[in-house]
Amino acid sequence: MIIAASATIAAESSSEGGFPAPGPHTFELPAVFPWHGAEGVTKPMLQLVLAAILVFGFFYLASRKRALVPGKLQFAGEGAYGFVRNSVGRDIIGSHDFAKFVPYLVTVFFFILVNNLFASVPFIQFPTFSRAGMAYALAGMSWLIYNGVGIHKHGLVGYLKLQCVPSGVSPAMYPLLVPLEFFSNILVRPVTLALRLFCNMFAGHILLVLFSTGGLYLIEHVGGIGYVAGPLAWVLAILVSFLEILVQFLQAYVFTLLNAMYIQGALADEH
Amino acid sequence: MKSLLIVAASEGEGGHNPLIPEWIEIVLALVVFAILFFAIKKFVAPNFEKTFAERTQAIEGGIAAAATKQAEADAKLAELEQQLADARHEAARIREEAREQGAAIVAEMREQAQAESTRIVEHGKAQIEAERQQAVTSLRAEVGALATGLAGRIVGESLEDDARQSRVVERFLAELETADASDAGKDA
Repeated sequence: MIIAASATIAAESSSEGGFPAPGPHTFELPAVFPWHGAEGVTKPMLQLVLAAILVFGFFYLASRKRALVPGKLQFAGEGAYGFVRNSVGRDIIGSHDFAKFVPYLVTVFFFILVNNLFASVPFIQFPTFSRAGMAYALAGMSWLIYNGVGIHKHGLVGYLKLQCVPSGVSPAMYPLLVPLEFFSNILVRPVTLALRLFCNMFAGHILLVLFSTGGLYLIEHVGGIGYVAGPLAWVLAILVSFLEILVQFLQAYVFTLLNAMYIQGALADEH
Repeated sequence: MKSLLIVAASEGEGGHNPLIPEWIEIVLALVVFAILFFAIKKFVAPNFEKTFAERTQAIEGGIAAAATKQAEADAKLAELEQQLADARHEAARIREEAREQGAAIVAEMREQAQAESTRIVEHGKAQIEAERQQAVTSLRAEVGALATGLAGRIVGESLEDDARQSRVVERFLAELETADASDAGKDA
């Protein structure tokens, strides 16, 4: 919806030639450190590294003391780690197997969360995963991990049977259901994982850019009613920012939750 | 949504399709993620897990210690109550015993007293009988002697006349009376 709206606005205004509407080009940032002319080190790349440093720094400092009665930092770290460990890992994967996936799930959640929150951090204000490649990387990795876990446990044939042959269905339905299950469980999952994250970040950023630059354009170039509509657009931009913070958190959570569910499904004995 | 995006991308000026990734970004994301994952796995997760385990152990240890203490206290209380009950029981038993003993002693004493009184009465009776026997014997002997004496006197006085005869009898009787009186005075 949002993307469609912004796309039409972009299309309309670019045909008029006045307002420089945000569009896909908004995400083509110039290289911060150019390298041999074309590509180079771009801002989302730096954000990726910064997010990793922030996540590790926070958790390392919080976990270092290992006090039985935690201080504020350790308490916060334990709360964050325990949130993913218990309410995602243990509750979804089950108390028998979850322990070895906790570091992975914690990394996924907080890496994505911090990168998403960058979209709302002043002076950074760019969601890393609005670059499709970044989202593809994490989704592809998730795909490899849950399939790898399943094949490791059940063997290739056993795993494919687990994922593709639904139990409790008469074999007459297999020709119809097996391809469907294969399609939905093996092929579609990484695509939806990647697109869900990428599209939400992309659309959210476009929306914010639209309200912010649009407000400025209204005040500077339209005049009259623009002096009312411009500040109103900025108020909306602030409100949308809060909505975006919620979306940023939710996308990180959903990505992690789905990872846990896929792993659980791959480990399950019955489909 | 996807088709719209592609349309939007193709309509946007200059920008290439945002769905087509930069390879360098995929590689970089994977590398950074992998580094972060191993760092967290090696330096963060073990510390947190150890802390959680230690805390659980501390709490469980505390609970276990409290449970032990509680059990000990319960055992102690039960023991004391048992002891108290035993003591009460013992006291009741002793009291019962004492009552029984007392009753037995009283009964025995009563029996003894009964026997004693019977004995005393018997003794008294026997003594009276013996005294009576003695009195009868001595009386008999005395009466014989008196009768003999009297007969001697009567024979010795040559019972000539009636006057003398009556004097003798009177004298005898008088003597007999004085003897009786002196006997009575001795008894009194």
